[in-house]
Amino acid sequence: MPPKSKSPPVETLREPPSRREMLQRAGLAAGVMAGTAALAKWRWDKGGFGQHFAEGQRQVRDFRLRSDPGPLDLAIARGKPEDPTRPPATPTQLVEAVLAAMGGMQRFISRGDVVAIKPNIGWDRTPLHGANTNPEVVGAVVKACYAAGAKHVVVTDASCNDPGRCFQKSGIWNAAYAMGAEVILPSEHRFRTMRLRGDVLDEWPVYTPLVNADKVINLPVAKHHNLSKYTAAMKNWYGVLGGRRNRLHQSIDLSVADLATFMRPTLTILDAVRVLMRNGPQGGNFDDAREAHVVAACTDQVALDAWGCQLIGQKRENLAYLKIAEERGIGTSQFEKLRTREVSLV
Amino acid sequence: MAAALRDKGQRGEKGREDAVSHDAPIPWRGVVGQVPALDTLGEALPPPSPSVTREGPPKRRLHLRLVEHQVVHAETEEATGSRCALPVQGIVGVTDPSQPVASAAVGASSAPAKGPSKVTQWVKKLFQKKRRAGSGIPARTSIRTLVWIRRLAQTGFFLLFMYWLVNTAFRGSFASTEQNIRMTKPVEGFLLADPFVALITLLSSHTLYRGLFWSLGLVGLTLVFGRVFCGWICPFGTLHHFLGWLLPSRKGKGAKRVAANHTRPYQKLKFYLLYAFLAAAAAGVVVGGVFDPICVMVRAVGLSVLPATAWVSTHLLGMASNSNVRLLQVSADATQDLLARSVFQTKQYYFHQAWFIGALFVAILFMNRIVPRFWCRALCPLGALLGVMAKYAVVGMEKDHAKCTDCNLCIVHCQGADSPQGGVKWRQDECHVCLNCETACPEDVIKFRFFPNWKSRTTELVPERRTALASVAAGAAFYALHRQSDASVAEVNYNPKGIRPPGSIEEHAFLEKCIRCAECMKVCPNNALHPAFLEAGVEGLWTPILIPRIGYCESSCVLCGDVCPTGAIQKINETQKLGKWKQIGKEWEVAPIRMGTAFFDKGRCLPWSMATPCIVCEEFCPTSPKAIYTLDDVVINRKGESIKVQKPVVDPNLCIGCGACEKVCPVVDQPAVYVTSVGESRSKTNVILLENTSYNTKT
Repeated sequence: MPPKSKSPPVETLREPPSRREMLQRAGLAAGVMAGTAALAKWRWDKGGFGQHFAEGQRQVRDFRLRSDPGPLDLAIARGKPEDPTRPPATPTQLVEAVLAAMGGMQRFISRGDVVAIKPNIGWDRTPLHGANTNPEVVGAVVKACYAAGAKHVVVTDASCNDPGRCFQKSGIWNAAYAMGAEVILPSEHRFRTMRLRGDVLDEWPVYTPLVNADKVINLPVAKHHNLSKYTAAMKNWYGVLGGRRNRLHQSIDLSVADLATFMRPTLTILDAVRVLMRNGPQGGNFDDAREAHVVAACTDQVALDAWGCQLIGQKRENLAYLKIAEERGIGTSQFEKLRTREVSLV
Repeated sequence: MAAALRDKGQRGEKGREDAVSHDAPIPWRGVVGQVPALDTLGEALPPPSPSVTREGPPKRRLHLRLVEHQVVHAETEEATGSRCALPVQGIVGVTDPSQPVASAAVGASSAPAKGPSKVTQWVKKLFQKKRRAGSGIPARTSIRTLVWIRRLAQTGFFLLFMYWLVNTAFRGSFASTEQNIRMTKPVEGFLLADPFVALITLLSSHTLYRGLFWSLGLVGLTLVFGRVFCGWICPFGTLHHFLGWLLPSRKGKGAKRVAANHTRPYQKLKFYLLYAFLAAAAAGVVVGGVFDPICVMVRAVGLSVLPATAWVSTHLLGMASNSNVRLLQVSADATQDLLARSVFQTKQYYFHQAWFIGALFVAILFMNRIVPRFWCRALCPLGALLGVMAKYAVVGMEKDHAKCTDCNLCIVHCQGADSPQGGVKWRQDECHVCLNCETACPEDVIKFRFFPNWKSRTTELVPERRTALASVAAGAAFYALHRQSDASVAEVNYNPKGIRPPGSIEEHAFLEKCIRCAECMKVCPNNALHPAFLEAGVEGLWTPILIPRIGYCESSCVLCGDVCPTGAIQKINETQKLGKWKQIGKEWEVAPIRMGTAFFDKGRCLPWSMATPCIVCEEFCPTSPKAIYTLDDVVINRKGESIKVQKPVVDPNLCIGCGACEKVCPVVDQPAVYVTSVGESRSKTNVILLENTSYNTKT
């Protein structure tokens, strides 16, 4: 508080400001006005109802090999003996067989690559239920990646059920970790909103560990699905999205095609060791799955789905998303036209 | 008995009068004689600093430590009062603040113009050997050691509690896929050791559930040492202790703190609460859990404080990870991963009306600014119960009344407001055995020992028998009045929202067991369990309910029953929960545990009313075969196109009421499929179907 005085000194009030003081005050006032104007211009909310439209180019994350001289496009390893008393081929053997047929993992992985592997770890089910990718298959692929010279291998998925439970119960956490992979639990902060600019998928949270890599390997499991009828390679990309994925089902074929357009993996390896025949996509009874002992690898995710749907007795003509994907040029459903080799391990 | 208390008050007055006629000088009264503690030490007091003169008259509030200047008591440092400035006026009474002594003290508090800097002074003060007030006789080494052991014990038990609380969660593990998921640590340990929980559930259900046997250990401890739980173990008590020391109010210091720490009639409130809760428990509802300190801690910290902290940390670290600096991004991501794996979870938790629980918690903690440990003294029913037991404790306080100089140092540091000072009787039922008084006492008046001379203690627990009886009646009346009203979920009104966790026992028995400790809500991996407000009736306040819109019951998870300390939710296994379906014969071999039944709101369902394919509910339905099946149909949309849709239908014989369908329904606000409690397997009346009806076999 300034000291109180009964009457302010009148003379000081009347005294005209000096030129210097006048200039200072005028300059200050001008500065404040200019600053205010600049701030207002900068932060001017022009109003209106902003609405997002999918514009411009589709977003694509293409991890395919640029010039691929490989010997094959599709390799299939079968390990189920006709004589049921004989033991079937192990998942590791099946994976090694398809990879060898495809020209070895070093065809796909270069020295020093960061590799993201995307198995299906969607459900709180054990390997016998056949709802998630077989852990042994995951382990074998991780091992092959490191053998091919990968610097770092990440195994992850955005689960449907509680992730901690899915990662443990599926056995993938254990198997991948044992082979030296980094297993990342899908935490909320790992998702970044991206504009995919697809037909039905525009702005969605994308799971960053799966797209921030040099090479991406899709590792789906062949399953029945009530709405899309068959789910494997292309629908596995649901796990790359966060947010409320439940809206996708209203246009499941288009959204699957949009995702397959967005994600172009280096390689897709289909696990069909146990195939979920009904009650998909999560099963629940051991009886819901049947032993097939098949692993297939393909550079074309559309062709792999077209081939794989036969495992559950589906026909590729019934799968609308294959047709859309084919029209978009993501791949071909005519897997017969690919360079194919079948390996039998029995 | 009231007379006894009044008498004590008088005796206290009398004690002060006695002190006035004391021969020896009493520094804190300042009434008689000279004050040797201040002027015999021969150190020249610094001159009044310029800051004092600038501010006019010296501050009226003085810092005790500075008044003494040389005689600060080190041992009493952490206790409630010593950090706060004691207004010398309040204690000294006649000391004129304008006298040089006071001004000097003020002067010392602000750095002299050309003296050492504040930091140097502060560092010097840290290393300065502090001496005790009064006669200068230090407390015995044994007692100083014991006080330090107590501090370590408090810290240790608090950290243990937090460790268990934070680990009341499943974050995944490397265990084999076949291994059943259970808690690996006894995360509900504090509740198991809680005799109040044991007693109320014993009174209500006439049984003592499993681990509650551990509470006998605490009973034994109390029968030997008194309320050591309150002063040494209780995490809530430790929190109050700490806050009372850290953040005393300006109005809660010095003489006011001494006044606040005197034994007061309001401390009887906790006994009335205890008796009311015991009566309510005997009648059949363990509403006492609302006030149990461990329950309060688990509930408030687990449902409010931790999620709020997670939210703040996510947003702060989120800013860092959204920045363009690569290093910042990577380290923020790594920190968030680490936190998600260790302290929080991979997602943000949202609890029903947790703001209310959090606000009450803050309010209770805030009371420490004015009355230290208000909760422990006035409200805690566990403290009251331990107080009743402390009557028989063999460790107690002995006082040498003649030696007491009424310096009030013991009261300043007293936790339980149990009258440790000379001239009055010690209240054993209020004492937390924190040993602050013995440490603080400069005259060796107070001594804790085994089998002491009981002359100067009292354990008159409930002075007014009528009020005690009235509180018992109130507790019983609460129960009766509530049960006869239509708000009672157990009796008449089946609230559709009262969906109980899997493995919950029948509602009457549930209310006899559930102590509202929120362990089940904390452990729930999907954020599905929430504290009820009025959904389960007034008596069901903060009991767990399933809110599927926020989270559904994970089908193979049985963790809520695993952590339930009282058996309100039974320890079920996976087979019991999921049941066993016979593919041949199409019927249940073992019936699953149902929490309710799902219903479709066809007017909001996309395939049913909007010619849009969807059936996410069917996809997420965890039972096998799925309780939601679909009817294929071709509908014509507005454009005249034929759309193939699958219309979802619930099979009530298969539905377990887990709420997965409700959670994932894309109609976000008011879902097209929702679960209500009807059909829950724990109830014999809240049912739809005739027993053993199998719609599947009929067709």
